[in-house]
Amino acid sequence: MSYNSKDIDAFKGVWVFCEQRNGVIMSISYQLLSEGRKLADDLGVELCGVLLGSGLSHEHAKALGGYGANKVYLCDHPLLKDYTTDGYTKVICDLVEARQPEIFLIGATNIGRDLGPRCAARLHTGLTADCTHLDMDVAKYKEFLKATSTIDVDNTVFEENTNLKMTRPAFGGHLMATIICPRFRPQMSTVRPGVMQTQPFDAVGAAGVAIDPVNVQLAQEDIHVEIMEIKKVARQMVDLIGADVVVSVGRGISKNPEEGIALAQTLADALGGVLGASRAVVDAGFITADHQVGQTGKTVHPRIYIALGISGAIQHRAGMQESECIIAVNTNADAPIFEASSYGIVGDVFDVVPLLTKAVCAIQKDK
Amino acid sequence: MKIIVCVKQVPDTSGVVAVKEDGTMDRAAMAAITNHDDLAAVEAALKIKDATDCKVIVLSMGPAPAEGMLRELLAMGCDEAYLISAREFGGSDTYATSQIIAAAINHIGLGREDMVFCGRQAIDGDTAQVGPQIAEKLNLPQVTYAAGIKVEDGSITTKRLLEDGFMLLKMSRPCLVTCVKELATPRYMRVSGILKCYSKPLTVLDYQTLKNDPLIDDDTIGLKGSPTNVYKSFSPPSKDVGVMLDGTPKEAVSALVALLSEKHII
Amino acid sequence: MYELTREQEILVKMVREFSEKEIAPNAQELDITGEFPADITKKMAELDLLGLNVPVEYGGAPMNEVSKVLAIIEVARTCSSTAEMFAVQLLVNGIIAAYGTEEQKQKYLGMTCREGKLGAFGLTEPGAGSDAGGLQTTAVEDGDSYILNGSKCFISNLGPGEGDYAIVFAVTDRAKKTHSGMTAFLVDRSTPGFILGKLEDKMGIRGAAVSELILKDCRVHKTQILGKVGKGFNIAMSGLDSGRVAIAAQACGEGQAALDAAIAYSKQRVQFGKPIAAKQGIQWYLAEMATKLEAAKLLTLKAADLRDRKEPAGMNASMAKFFAAEAANEIAAKAVQIHGGYGYMKDYAVERIYRDARILTIYEGTSEVQKIVIAKELLK
Repeated sequence: MSYNSKDIDAFKGVWVFCEQRNGVIMSISYQLLSEGRKLADDLGVELCGVLLGSGLSHEHAKALGGYGANKVYLCDHPLLKDYTTDGYTKVICDLVEARQPEIFLIGATNIGRDLGPRCAARLHTGLTADCTHLDMDVAKYKEFLKATSTIDVDNTVFEENTNLKMTRPAFGGHLMATIICPRFRPQMSTVRPGVMQTQPFDAVGAAGVAIDPVNVQLAQEDIHVEIMEIKKVARQMVDLIGADVVVSVGRGISKNPEEGIALAQTLADALGGVLGASRAVVDAGFITADHQVGQTGKTVHPRIYIALGISGAIQHRAGMQESECIIAVNTNADAPIFEASSYGIVGDVFDVVPLLTKAVCAIQKDK
Repeated sequence: MKIIVCVKQVPDTSGVVAVKEDGTMDRAAMAAITNHDDLAAVEAALKIKDATDCKVIVLSMGPAPAEGMLRELLAMGCDEAYLISAREFGGSDTYATSQIIAAAINHIGLGREDMVFCGRQAIDGDTAQVGPQIAEKLNLPQVTYAAGIKVEDGSITTKRLLEDGFMLLKMSRPCLVTCVKELATPRYMRVSGILKCYSKPLTVLDYQTLKNDPLIDDDTIGLKGSPTNVYKSFSPPSKDVGVMLDGTPKEAVSALVALLSEKHII
Repeated sequence: MYELTREQEILVKMVREFSEKEIAPNAQELDITGEFPADITKKMAELDLLGLNVPVEYGGAPMNEVSKVLAIIEVARTCSSTAEMFAVQLLVNGIIAAYGTEEQKQKYLGMTCREGKLGAFGLTEPGAGSDAGGLQTTAVEDGDSYILNGSKCFISNLGPGEGDYAIVFAVTDRAKKTHSGMTAFLVDRSTPGFILGKLEDKMGIRGAAVSELILKDCRVHKTQILGKVGKGFNIAMSGLDSGRVAIAAQACGEGQAALDAAIAYSKQRVQFGKPIAAKQGIQWYLAEMATKLEAAKLLTLKAADLRDRKEPAGMNASMAKFFAAEAANEIAAKAVQIHGGYGYMKDYAVERIYRDARILTIYEGTSEVQKIVIAKELLK
């Protein structure tokens, strides 16, 4: 059979690349299977998981079945133990060319973003990266648009089609675009971890999953990159200026500065962020000056800025007001910081922060 | 040895972002900068040039204003520049773009000792696809997310970032590497470089020059040929301002976290 | 003159980025500690900025006077002290390039361009400021050398860690009076008898190294004579036009910084329910400040352009320096006023710019001297 990515009708089925590292299936795989299940149901087709690795067992496959897969292609080979572009691309593309799925989803991890484009190029098809929303059905898509955009949906013309509608942010998130791949198959999409919801585990699905052990054709000569070392690294001290999240403390922690700073640091750790401080806290000697945010400290523009017990005087705001999302906690409802923030809670930092940290951790566990 | 660095001129999305009434980006109203990841790739190449006296060529696909960016990269120390610019190529998605750039690299010529460097991703498209797709078209081994590059005899070792650590990977040349910002801090242009940049060669590659390369498939280039197209584009709803969460600390926190999660902020 | 060349556009972009990323973050710190920006100086040398008016064969990357003005403006916008160092070095470069022997140019210009070592302009004395002819430092011939004795004050680019050489002006023949009795010498800091005196504690440009220089039986070989014996006064005066244009550029940069700060503040500061920028009074101030600044820039660019065309530029250089220096002071003062109480606090840049600007109307020829130069030209 010669593979022709333009022969649309020959392609059937929704596939999900199920990433595993060190024998552990990553949660993105379950998220994508949950999402893929919806698409497969809309289309009335099979959902298949594609699992590559070495020493894989039926237990792995069952886990994928529990999150919606009808079938799992188990590709087990010593050369697939650790990810290599060449090994994984060859095995996956051979499989896609043989079975011809119409949709193929890959998690946008560091590895997925290496693998996805290489496969799409080899398969002569389009790939849409970092999708935040996927729709098959036009009616559902219209509902989605009504809820999340300013488009006058009822007065807009939509082509009726059964192409996968892949919505993603562009221009640093300032614009949303819905992309389609009408002329080629499979329609490929990468999705970031934490974007899609995982459905509850279904024991029946797990037990009933069909396992297809793939005859992997792979030799050492096929792989052109040598893995010298794989290393895990503890989180490093991130600079305030490049930080994604900054959690800052102000005068509001004065009654117990040590505890206040500890609470803020724990929240920062939970969010993958860095600890900042207002000038008052630095001048009082509670924290060193390299944490200072503001006119005479550092200017930061993180994605999230959390101001704890900070009044929001102009000198401090000058250092953080360009942050994308500002969250303020202060006992004083009239504190100027609330005028500059996206979200505010009037309350005591010592009461609010432990609860906030707990809630953040809970949400992250789900993802 | 030569290093071909692929660069892109992008609108500065960290500054004021201008959106037109139809929901598309008003590129003309925004400052144009060289993509940060690409600058790191250029700097990495220049560091290797400092050590080995190899040639560094910068290549970009874009409209005429991208020439200004290429001149600045020549001022930084690169030796030659190529600008791929043609009506036929406009509106290309990543699949189309990568075949065009691959054809241009064929035109420039890639030898056994050579390398292609790219930035990991551009801040306007944010796809990180073009680098790996160029590698596939040119049949080159690839390493993405490189935060460290060491060139040895006939091979290179790269430090490839994972979310929680890194991999040390070795491959032989020719090869392709996509670089992250953290790889290198780009150097400033020197005045002596600025004075030379307009006399260094800058060649424009148009459709006529590249169309006969076997990689160019007229069916899949440009706006019409790109495998993916835009079905709809729209502005996301504006961000919340001054939203106060009331109630007991527990209630307020609950409401806040729900909001943040819904908006994918956390 | 109104349109930049493409190389000038890239130059401005580079200097602006460098100033904003490398110089600006430390400007306030320099003011507080009075420490000299040694690493910035090295970086500027590496980018060929210290060689902006030096021929290629001595390590420079020469661009014209207009380019020099553009570069100084960008540096002065972020830090007056660094701009002052830059302007003085360019003045010293210019004189050596014009009058130096091949060996002198290779040595001193090379030292500056390739190693970032700074040179000083040793003219001013306690008794000779505006009256440059009233020099007391003497240079007495002794065999193959001259012996220098005397003291200089307010010498820029000279400090505990900075300044590796100086152009020192001394009287070689008191009888011949100013025009033919003065000689310029290139003196290495390491020369015995070249003694660093007091480091000045200044109102502003506190990061600039400005010191007393004492010459005590300082023996200098005749090969160190810059130009010819007796030509010192002409050499000193020849540097003036260039120096005046450079300081005018510095003034424009400082004025720009003050104006930008005032505009930003007035948009942010809310009183009586509105930003103060909505008040006509503030709008009028800003308009006046901006107009003065624009005029200062145009005068400065014209003077630089005349020099580039090798046309007489003395009057224009004095006009530029006089006007820009006074304008920068007025703009800085108004900027402080617009900032209200905050403008008086060291947290805010305008407080520093106000103090930095004060020297502009005094050094490199006081406003009064500039006006005499202009009047002389008018009344010819």
